[in-house]
Amino acid sequence: MTPDKVAWIHELILLVAGFFLLCSFGLIAASQVMGCLRVYVIQSLLLAASAVLLGIDYHSADLWIVAAIAIVAKAVLIPFLLRRTARHDMIARRELQQAISVPMSLLIALALTVLAYYIVDPMMDHTSRSVHANLPIGFAAVLIAIYTITVRREALPQMLSLLAIENGAFFAGIAIAPNFPLIGELAAAFDVLMVVLTLGVLSTQIHRLSGSTEVGTLSELMED
Amino acid sequence: MVRMILFNLIQVAVVMFLSPLAVGILNRFKERVAGKKGPSIFQTYRDIWKLFHKDQILSSESTWIFRATPYVCFAAPILVTMLIPVLTSYPLFFAFMGDMIGGGFVLALGGFFATIAAVDSANPYGAMGASRTRMVGFLAEPVFMVVFFTVCFVANSTIPYIVQQKWVHPESNFFNPAHILVAVAFFMLILAETGKIPVDNPSGHFELAMIDESKSLEYSGSGAALMKWAGSMKFFVLLCIFLNVLIAPWGLASGTALGDVLLAIPLIFIKVLGAVILIVMVESSLAKLRLFRITAFLGLAFVVAVAAVLTRMMTT
Repeated sequence: MTPDKVAWIHELILLVAGFFLLCSFGLIAASQVMGCLRVYVIQSLLLAASAVLLGIDYHSADLWIVAAIAIVAKAVLIPFLLRRTARHDMIARRELQQAISVPMSLLIALALTVLAYYIVDPMMDHTSRSVHANLPIGFAAVLIAIYTITVRREALPQMLSLLAIENGAFFAGIAIAPNFPLIGELAAAFDVLMVVLTLGVLSTQIHRLSGSTEVGTLSELMED
Repeated sequence: MVRMILFNLIQVAVVMFLSPLAVGILNRFKERVAGKKGPSIFQTYRDIWKLFHKDQILSSESTWIFRATPYVCFAAPILVTMLIPVLTSYPLFFAFMGDMIGGGFVLALGGFFATIAAVDSANPYGAMGASRTRMVGFLAEPVFMVVFFTVCFVANSTIPYIVQQKWVHPESNFFNPAHILVAVAFFMLILAETGKIPVDNPSGHFELAMIDESKSLEYSGSGAALMKWAGSMKFFVLLCIFLNVLIAPWGLASGTALGDVLLAIPLIFIKVLGAVILIVMVESSLAKLRLFRITAFLGLAFVVAVAAVLTRMMTT
């Protein structure tokens, strides 16, 4: 590849990383369940885009298969499964409850991003430019998703944040270990599908028993 | 030298006389998208012309601030126009009079006078609108600061003529995340500062829901005309900064011949038209936010701007 083309690829990898970080923030700011799902799908597509670009950068065809798995499993199958198993909550147009208000949460997420950069910084000396983009942002995405799980008071957004943790880990992983055995990626992808199916069925059960999946109101055991 | 001054004056004239047309096209497009016929694209000119021929009524309770405000508001965007690239890609005569931060201060001065004049008019709706505008303004301020900081950080300069060259040399810089994210944050700021739909509804006539409009309710005659004209110029100037400094420094005149500069006028207008279509798309597809959700909107803009700085810092 010509140096000019390498520069283009690097800028695009950085750009995808920037938007990936924005999607993590979007998961906090989205006010309806459908919005959360849309943000998650966009984040998964950005993960796939990053895998394709890194595949070109590292000359690794494995990463293209990772991208294909990400698109099929996360952008197509997971929304499909969620719509099938947890229909009530997906289409509910109510505003989501949060323990801490959205602007405050965004500022905390920003602090977490800075923290991620601070922690990752000592490891960055001898790495390539693509790792500089993906490692801190993947790490920040993991931290922000964990924070989202703690503040959201509803089952489905919590579940999507759980999946976003996995997205963030993958995002960092594809940059530092491009030749990770493919079987691992496949296993992870199927694991995620199983998790979605189980949680979807579970949340439907909860919905049938108690009439809502707002975790914030489920603070007492039922007495028969 | 004389030529540079002439170009600067042409630039001011372009902003003064094309800005009502941009606002007219915006209103027309918005009505067309909503399935209505909409006013003529020249309606803003007619409104300004009509208002200039009407008598001005001043409250006997008001002070000089109320009388001076239309002139201050009108002069502020004209001064900023002299500092920013509208038609040419090389600095003009007044360009080094102030940088982007100076331009921001001049625009803020107009906003400040509009606010105290609204309080001065003793109309309760005016003071309410003024306090709401200040709320939006004070939430937008940190975003402005971080955007300027990022721009300075990338270009090592705050002179807009130098900044605009950085984004495209080399061309892969255009896709730098700092560039794209700063542009997104600045676009959200334009929506907030000019009272467009997710923050404020510019076509609403209900005083209790107004944010930006209610400040100029008490003006009549030439005062109202100047306020209206100043509003459209501010919109046009902000779009010029967005397009020429932050997004696309293409289509600007690089030669010093008069023909080059005149050719740049239709090109800048086409670019503004593109931005107007983008704004119409945003305004037609979103609903106005509740007053206390505006913090979430501007908080998101702030986060976008800080993400721009962060992604820039780790790659240098």
